[in-house]
Amino acid sequence: MKVAIVDYGAGNLPSVERALRGLGAETERAIAPEQLASAEAIVLPGVGHFSAFVNGLRERNLTASLRAAFDSGAPMLGICLGLQAMFASSEEAPGESGLGFFPEEVRALPTTVKCPHIGWNQLRRVHASKLLRNIPGDAYFYFAHSYAAPASAAPTVAACDHGFPFAAVIEQRNLAAVQFHPEKSGETGAQVLRNFLESVQ
Amino acid sequence: MTLARRIIPCLDVDAGRVVKGIEFEGLRDMGDPAELAARYNLEGADELVVLDISASVEGRATFLETIRRVAEQLNIPLTAGGGIRKMEDGRAVLRAGADKVTVNTAAVERPELLSELAQQFGAQAVVLSIDVKRKGNSWEPYTRGGRDATGLDAAAWAAEAVSRGAGEILLTSIDRDGTCSGFDCELTAKIAATVPVPVIASGGANSFDDFLDVFTRGKADAALAASIFHTETHSIGVLKKFLEGRGVPVRLSR
Repeated sequence: MKVAIVDYGAGNLPSVERALRGLGAETERAIAPEQLASAEAIVLPGVGHFSAFVNGLRERNLTASLRAAFDSGAPMLGICLGLQAMFASSEEAPGESGLGFFPEEVRALPTTVKCPHIGWNQLRRVHASKLLRNIPGDAYFYFAHSYAAPASAAPTVAACDHGFPFAAVIEQRNLAAVQFHPEKSGETGAQVLRNFLESVQ
Repeated sequence: MTLARRIIPCLDVDAGRVVKGIEFEGLRDMGDPAELAARYNLEGADELVVLDISASVEGRATFLETIRRVAEQLNIPLTAGGGIRKMEDGRAVLRAGADKVTVNTAAVERPELLSELAQQFGAQAVVLSIDVKRKGNSWEPYTRGGRDATGLDAAAWAAEAVSRGAGEILLTSIDRDGTCSGFDCELTAKIAATVPVPVIASGGANSFDDFLDVFTRGKADAALAASIFHTETHSIGVLKKFLEGRGVPVRLSR
């Protein structure tokens, strides 16, 4: 299977590439709209700042193609900032528009907890999940973020608590997104990516 | 649902080999970085740190190659640093496959570096390393591998660094480093109470009880050690089972 990994200019792509290739997928760095149109699946990885991300997409004319891919039901997986970019906006970059697949705003984690939320945390399953198939309920996932989408704000299938309950896994039709880093979450994370690839086939 | 306390092995690298110093002086060869990385990944390390302890301009290309080789072995996060002077050094390290970059001396000399790195890569990718010596009831940060006193106070410097964009503090007690006399728990508790970001305790790890101590009394979010893991004195998996049995939340690999 050919997976297009969206290259918006600042992400750490090699680890996502290595993880997907290790599972038998072919990967391609997508920097142009036509690459997204021909992909069997799209991965939207991301670290860094919300505005760098959405600006990077805009500069490469990828925003409209990602929206078109979403509308056509193309399989898509957002990772970390890639999940956050699927929302309309973020408190990290007031005034900047995200992809808007979900109308809500991504929020800053509150000052009552350690921030960034860095480290391995567990999930609370809310609905049946394709991505979490064959993964034990008490498994740990690696998180590294300062902003999050409230769990109530999207089709959340698994939540995590850090300051407030936030969306850790989102699934809607062919769209999937995770706030943690599956490519950094050991064997558990590899299983998440395997589940995504299998759901596409 | 609990955020696990992390166990982080550290590879001090010189000219492409893992070495270990005693109290920042005197080096011993401990093996190949990629081989050790693969072993720790398998044993259940939560993260890995690689530090270029030579931090020389000539050694830069070799170190980036080491990061590449190490990153290939991992499916856990990787932090790299040593001799990071400017934004471009940080970018090179992240491009080579690290998830976070750690800075020390250059941040003391020019604290704006922390903001620049955080703006570009996010606070979660910026680790401030502080090496301290105890001075009565406080701790003084040292730079250049423990050689130069800064005249700063560790708690005040940590707080300033976080306000500028550091997302984690890697806190090393020079007094304890390589001495196997246990972590300085008063130090980590003090810094952990001062800053709102995770604190990684380092320096002095010897026994399982030292780790228990630094997570309970020391309030550390993570504990880093080198020699006791390299020499196979302790396996990370066995250490984590011990901690779990004492009520410390840890991630046990399956």
